[in-house]
Amino acid sequence: MADAVIPRAKGRPFSLQQLEGYVYILPTILGLLIFSAGAVAMAFGISLTNYESLGSPKFIGLNNYLNVIVDPVFPQVVLNSAYYTVAYVPANLVLGLLLASLANRSVRGITFFRSVYFLPVVTSGVAVSLMFTWLFNSQFGPINEILYTVLGIQGPGWLTSTEWAMPTIAIVAVWKGLGYTMVLFLAGLQDVPGEVYEAGRIDGAGSFALFRSITLPLLTPTIFFVLIISIISSFQVFDFVFVMTQGGPANSTTTLAYWIYENAFQWFHLGYASAIAFVLFGIVLVFTLIQWRVQRRWVFYQ
Amino acid sequence: LRATGQVRPLGKRLIVSSPRFRAKLIRQLIATLFQYILLIAIGLLFIWPFAWMASSSLKASSEVFTIPIQWLPSVPKWENYAEVLREMPFGRFILNSLLVATLTTVGQLGTCSLSAYGFSRLRFPGRDVIFMVLLSTMMIPYEATLIPIYLIMFKIGLIDKLAALWLPSFFGGAFGTFLLRQFFMTVPTDLEDAARIDGCNRFDIYRRIFLPLSKPALATLGVFVFMGSWNDLLGPVVFLNHIQNFTLSIGLTAFQGYYVTEWHLLMAASMISVVPILVIYAFTQRYFVEGITLTGIKG
Repeated sequence: MADAVIPRAKGRPFSLQQLEGYVYILPTILGLLIFSAGAVAMAFGISLTNYESLGSPKFIGLNNYLNVIVDPVFPQVVLNSAYYTVAYVPANLVLGLLLASLANRSVRGITFFRSVYFLPVVTSGVAVSLMFTWLFNSQFGPINEILYTVLGIQGPGWLTSTEWAMPTIAIVAVWKGLGYTMVLFLAGLQDVPGEVYEAGRIDGAGSFALFRSITLPLLTPTIFFVLIISIISSFQVFDFVFVMTQGGPANSTTTLAYWIYENAFQWFHLGYASAIAFVLFGIVLVFTLIQWRVQRRWVFYQ
Repeated sequence: LRATGQVRPLGKRLIVSSPRFRAKLIRQLIATLFQYILLIAIGLLFIWPFAWMASSSLKASSEVFTIPIQWLPSVPKWENYAEVLREMPFGRFILNSLLVATLTTVGQLGTCSLSAYGFSRLRFPGRDVIFMVLLSTMMIPYEATLIPIYLIMFKIGLIDKLAALWLPSFFGGAFGTFLLRQFFMTVPTDLEDAARIDGCNRFDIYRRIFLPLSKPALATLGVFVFMGSWNDLLGPVVFLNHIQNFTLSIGLTAFQGYYVTEWHLLMAASMISVVPILVIYAFTQRYFVEGITLTGIKG
C-alpha cells in the first residue's frame, strides 16, 4: 500500500531516494548493533570466559555452562522460578479475565473503576514491595491481624518462612499487575462484535453459555498474548525479590533473574553470570516456541 | 412494543407500563446494585493497601508496633515527612528520576517514530528483514544484555552517571517502533500524495502529517515509557553508586537499608515516591487505559 506511491528506481539498485530510508532507521540500527543483538553476541562471548570483576578475561570454552549445571544452587533456582511462574501466570490470567468481564459492563462511572484497578500498575515496584512487606508483617501487620480477629487463624510468617515467601511474592505481583492484564482483556473484549451475542441470545443461550462458547473462543488470541508476556515477565521478576526478601529465606525466593544479578553485580562473576543469562534465555525461548507450536490447537483467529 | 410492557427510555424518565414489567425493573435495579457492590469491593482491594501506607506514614513511632493494631494515627504526624526529607535527599531523587524519565521518553518517541516512519512508508533494500530482526529482539531478556551494556558504559565512563540510564533510549527500541509502525500503517496514502504535490519532502511529511496524526499513539507510548523509566530499579541498581545520583526507586531501597524497621518513616518515604507518579497518572490515565485499546497492543 505505502509502497505503491513511491516509484521504484529502475536499473539503479540504490537510488538516493532509497538511501534516505536508512537515515530514518539509523539510530535504531545502531541500537540494534550495540544494545540488543550486539550485546547478546557480546554476552555469549563473555559467557565463554572466566571474566571476574573487571580483570582480564581468559577463554575457557563451555566450562561456565558445565559449572552452572552442576552448581548445587542451580536446580533450586530453576525450581523457584518455575514455582513462581506456576503461581503467578494462571492466577494473573484467570483473575485478569474475570476483572475485565466485570469492568466491561457499560454502567455509569465504569472508567473511574478501571482507573482505580489500574493504579498499582503505575506505582513503583519498590514502593509496592515495601508497602506489602509491612502489610504482611507477621507480628504487627494488618493482614495477620485480620486473619486472627475475623477467622481466628494464626497467620504464617509470610515473607520470613521458606514455604510462604514465594507464594507471597506471587500474590503481590498479581495484585500489582492485574490492572494491566485487565486492560489487555478489555481491548480484546471490545473487539468481539455485538451481533454474535445477539445471535446467541436469540438461540436461547444463557450468559454463562454465551461466555463459554462465544467470548472465550473469540478471546483466545488475547489469552495467548497475555500467556506469552506473563511467562516471559515471570522469568524476569526482580524488584519484588530485591526489596522483599533478597532471595531469602535460605534461597527460597532466589529466581533465575535474581541469581544472575547476584552473580554479576554483587560477586562480579561476569562470565558465569552471562552463562546463567543464556540458560535463562534458552528456557524462555523454548517456552515461547512451545507456545507457538501449541497455539494452533486452541487459538482461534477471526 | 409498548403494549407488551417494555421499557423505553425517554430522556431521563422511564415509561413503565405494566406491573409485570415493574417486577422486572426491580430485578434489574438489584442486579445493578449488586454490580456496584462488586465493583466497589474490588476497588477497595486495590485502594486499601495505599490507605494503610498513608495511615502508617502519619503515625508516631509508638503507634506503629501495637497489638491490636491502631488503624489510624491519633494525631497525624506530618513531621515524619520532614524527617525523611532531612535524612535522605528525596527532592534530589525526584529531580533525578524526572530527568531520566523525561529524556528516556524524548529519546524513545523521537527515534522510534523516525524508524517507524522509515519501516512503514519508505522503500529500501533489506527493510523487511531488518524489521523482522528488530522484532525478534523483543524476546531477549534484559538480564542477558545487561552485563555487556554495563561493560560498554564502563568503557565510555558513564558508570555512576544518569546518562547510563537514558542514553540507550536514543537508539530506538523494538516495542516502540512496532507500536508506532502499526499506527502509521493506518494513515491514508492520499494525505501523503497531496502533501507531495504541495512540495513537501519526506521529512516534512513525517513532521507535518505523521507526527500530528499519531498524537494519541505517541501519548500512549510516551506514558508507558515514562512510567517504565520512572519505576525502573534494576538499571539504577547496576549503574549508580553515589547517593546524589540516585533515582527514587533505588533511593527508596537505600532508605530501607538504613531504617529497616521504622515503618512510619519507610511508609512516608514510599508515599513521597508514589505521589508524583500518581499525580501524573491522574492527568494522563486515559492514555493508559484507553490507549491500549486504541493502539491495539494486545497481539
